[in-house]
Amino acid sequence: MVIDIKEKERKVNSHKKRVNLIFKEHDIDKLIEKVLKTEPEKIIDEIKDSGLRGRGGAGFPTWIKLKGAREAKSDIKYVVCNADEGEPGTFKDREIIEKKAEKILAGMMAVAKAIGAKEGIIYLRAEYNYLIDGLQKKIDVFNKKLEDMKFDFTVFIKSGSGAYVCGEETSLLESLEGKRGEARNKPPYPAQEGYLGKPTVINNVETLVYAALIMLDGAECFKKLGTMSSKGAKVFSVSGDTDIPGIYEIEMGMTLKEFAELFGDSNTKAVQVGGASGFCVPRSKFEETVIGFEGVPTGGSMMLFSDKRSMYNILHNYLEFFVEESCGQCTPCRVGCQQLLKGIESIKAKEKSKKYIDELLELAKNMKITAKCGLGQSVCNPFISIVENFREEIVY
Amino acid sequence: MPEMVNLKINDISVSVEAGSTILDAAKKANIKIPTLCHHEDLCIAGNCRVCVVEQKGVNALKASCATPAEENMEIFTNTNKVREARKTIIGLLLSEHNNDCLHCYKNGNCELQSMAKDYLVDSDKYISILKNYEIDRSSPSIIKDDSKCIRCQRCVRTCAELQDVNALAVSGKGSEMKISTFMEKPMDYVVCTNCGQCVTHCPTGALVEKNYIDEVWDVLNDPSKHVVVQTAPAVRVGLGEAVGLDAGKSYTGKMVTALKMLGFDAVFDTNFSADLTILEEGTELLTRLKDKIENKKDVALPQFTSCSPGWIKYIEHEFPDILDYLSTCKSPQQMLGPLAKTYYAKSMGIDPKDMVVVSIMPCTAKKFEANRPEMYSSGYKDVDYVITTREFGRMIQQAGIDFETLKDSECDSILGKHTGAGVIFGATGGVMEAALRTAYEIITGREVPFSNLEVTPVRGLEGVKEATIKIEGCKAEWKFLENVELKVAVAHGLSNARPLAAQVQNGESPYHFIEIMACPGGCIAGGGQPMPVNNNIRKKRTEAIYNEDESLQLRKSHENPEVKRIYEDFLEKPLGHKSHELLHTTYTKRKKY
Ligand SMILES: Cc1cc2nc3c(=O)[nH]c(=O)nc-3n(C[C@H](O)[C@H](O)[C@H](O)COP(=O)(O)O)c2cc1C
Ligand code: SF4
Ligand code: SF4
Ligand code: SF4
Ligand code: SF4
Ligand code: FES
Repeated sequence: MVIDIKEKERKVNSHKKRVNLIFKEHDIDKLIEKVLKTEPEKIIDEIKDSGLRGRGGAGFPTWIKLKGAREAKSDIKYVVCNADEGEPGTFKDREIIEKKAEKILAGMMAVAKAIGAKEGIIYLRAEYNYLIDGLQKKIDVFNKKLEDMKFDFTVFIKSGSGAYVCGEETSLLESLEGKRGEARNKPPYPAQEGYLGKPTVINNVETLVYAALIMLDGAECFKKLGTMSSKGAKVFSVSGDTDIPGIYEIEMGMTLKEFAELFGDSNTKAVQVGGASGFCVPRSKFEETVIGFEGVPTGGSMMLFSDKRSMYNILHNYLEFFVEESCGQCTPCRVGCQQLLKGIESIKAKEKSKKYIDELLELAKNMKITAKCGLGQSVCNPFISIVENFREEIVY
Repeated sequence: MPEMVNLKINDISVSVEAGSTILDAAKKANIKIPTLCHHEDLCIAGNCRVCVVEQKGVNALKASCATPAEENMEIFTNTNKVREARKTIIGLLLSEHNNDCLHCYKNGNCELQSMAKDYLVDSDKYISILKNYEIDRSSPSIIKDDSKCIRCQRCVRTCAELQDVNALAVSGKGSEMKISTFMEKPMDYVVCTNCGQCVTHCPTGALVEKNYIDEVWDVLNDPSKHVVVQTAPAVRVGLGEAVGLDAGKSYTGKMVTALKMLGFDAVFDTNFSADLTILEEGTELLTRLKDKIENKKDVALPQFTSCSPGWIKYIEHEFPDILDYLSTCKSPQQMLGPLAKTYYAKSMGIDPKDMVVVSIMPCTAKKFEANRPEMYSSGYKDVDYVITTREFGRMIQQAGIDFETLKDSECDSILGKHTGAGVIFGATGGVMEAALRTAYEIITGREVPFSNLEVTPVRGLEGVKEATIKIEGCKAEWKFLENVELKVAVAHGLSNARPLAAQVQNGESPYHFIEIMACPGGCIAGGGQPMPVNNNIRKKRTEAIYNEDESLQLRKSHENPEVKRIYEDFLEKPLGHKSHELLHTTYTKRKKY
């Protein structure tokens, strides 16, 4: 067995799509100087050219947010680093914070320069509070450095509230403002009215690091990787039924077949791409499915399921998670999640007919188009993908 | 010219001001979109999602109440997709709801019920996930039943935005999310002012007034009891709506007839004691001014009005250090109660222990007020039962009275006569206007210098109103007021009261006299008035109040013949010994938690 794992790791690490950008050593001082020298428009252009899209899950083109916030008229603007990392099965941001915090800070600085912000806030997942001391030391050094260079930008840490929904950008803003974590109506988008009503750019930890690397080495180093619609690389958190769970930076555009061969075993029955709010892809679709925005997008979570797993239990777990983690304000999500959970339980218990699953599928689709925020809108991703691919397991 | 946005709603072109929502635009195109969490008094929540509409070319539906109208948008409000979505949402709401309409206090006047009626959702569409909730009946004014709550947060926003009290808040998340109080304490334990604004803004039966209808029927049916009733100024302009008529008309005469038909032994008018309040409170103000200006004493000025019990509880919790600034006058309701059980009882030879005083109020806080321990100055509970305009409407319906066709009658003597000044107590600014009409005349011997006695600067729905009146040509005994610029302020809605109270607390208030009404618009839109409530309805009721004032012969409190008589026969003089005993009160410092 031991040998087997070593061999597997070797195979993964020598794979042609395996890259090392994020965790590589970089000259941070040079990076800061480079940002300092680059004009705001040029920062945005470079990021636009790189094709960088958000790594927090939604995959929104990063430059558009920057441009929006840059054009928003306000003396006060903010940069927020979303380090709430609440998606089940994701743990890559923690690793980046522990090992490469300076690059995150440099990325925040680049965003600050691009939009004209003087304050940056890292919204840190409550469970990561043990990282605060170490991170704060690095921030102090960084803040001091910028002060010495007469660049007016200061970073603070804010400890999160411990709710999954607070990773959603507008709930995060509410939480930052000391309110209950509840999604806001959009528009206005944070780039127009964010923290304390001021233009705010919110980016995932990983997005910020890539932005920093693009500043240092130019767009080319990034856009030469990946596919047409999914440029660059991505850090994946691999978990579930695999011998080699962990964090891997891989070029975008790998098929799930390649992925399962590397990380799974011959019994991999499905991969849940993108955590609880992502999609479940069955083995039969591994070959045609690309990991990326043209296929199945992911904020990083890749969970492998072997054929010993009950898909009913998996779906049940996810639904329990949503029932609890919905902020509860909007009807489709608060009640819809409970109905989906109750619904599959009732079918299992034969209190409802098998046909009731169709009513639940309709409900899930409705939640997608009526829920107020990304949480409620994405419950249908796991629900529909699991039910449609493993219907028998759910209804019998 | 404001910037305009052009869009199409169901192929109808509309043009709306930039910043308007799709809901606003639809309204302009005469298209009704169902809403639940939306209320025009409140900020946008966008949480119920029943108002969803389809935008051409966009898959996700838009919450029309929360989405700005944009140039060239094409919106459809009635597609299959939209109807199915709404049906789903209503179905979901009903699945967590205690669908007990037939026993529900809001049956027939419930926004959820009427939506369910329009959209017809199959009862087995979803599984009931109704939880077991304990109904909170602790408050003397309000019942909170979470099993009927749709979590629209209208109450939370009302209590925060209109009232700045924050007695209600959201607790829990996900399936546990609900509306609760601080630390889940019972309603009578928290900072709630009992104003009832959350009740008038709740679309369902989750928040309703505690009703005393049966108690009132019981005493009416008890031959050993002499039951008298008083009706507040604002009741007559809300009652029509409570019995199914349009807003905007005053029904004093029919109201009195209905009360007699219900079996009350005497029908009095809180307008009478409103007039009396003016004499007591006006004299109190003049005394304070005299002490301050002439006697150079350290007295509490400005003087706050004290007729709104929601405001009283608010200041007791929020500004306990400035209670001296409150007029010591009881509210008109609590003035009439003890007078009925002393002055009237004596004149009729009735033993006050056999008397019952019922008040009909536009207000839920008055229920709390009647239960305050100070309110026993007649030796008995001064006011036994307080019912709202809505409860009164229900009694009229239970009694089978065809209200619209009733003839007019007059209130009974000796606590029934009133002037226009008493009537306008029902609208924000009314107490101030009434006080100025009387005070100015006492000081100068001349009428207040406004055309037709209308002190317009203190009228209307502006949150805080101010007026300055220069006093000239004083009578000898008021010479110290010569050339004084009397500064007054009026606020309605407790969130508007806060800055004025804070000024007083900080010693920075520029005013002499401040009127505060807890409810936005004043009592005409009090927590006990019919629903719905919005600014359009507030305006109509206010107009009805001022029309009634204008139609009356006597429009100044000091001209009320029964008020004159009570001073001659019983009270002797304003602020006299008897007044102190019966008409003035004390306040209690309260904590915030
Ligand atoms: C329920 C929910 C949870 C989310 N949690 C996170 C999170 O933990 N971290 C994160 O970076 N983005 C999270 N997001 C995405 C954010 O809303 C937002 O899109 C992201 O922070 C933007 O940064 P990016 O453009 O760099 O990805 C979440 C979204 C939803 C709907
Ligand atoms: S979708 Fe869910 S998490 Fe988002 S606002 Fe609605 S209830 Fe809250
Ligand atoms: S709140 Fe409305 S829908 Fe609910 S039981 Fe009462 S009347 Fe019926
Ligand atoms: S009665 Fe008034 S103070 Fe009390 S909870 Fe309702 S709105 Fe708030
Ligand atoms: S109590 Fe009424 S107003 Fe408050 S959330 Fe529930 S239904 Fe809405
Ligand atoms: S009325 Fe628009 S979301 Fe509730």
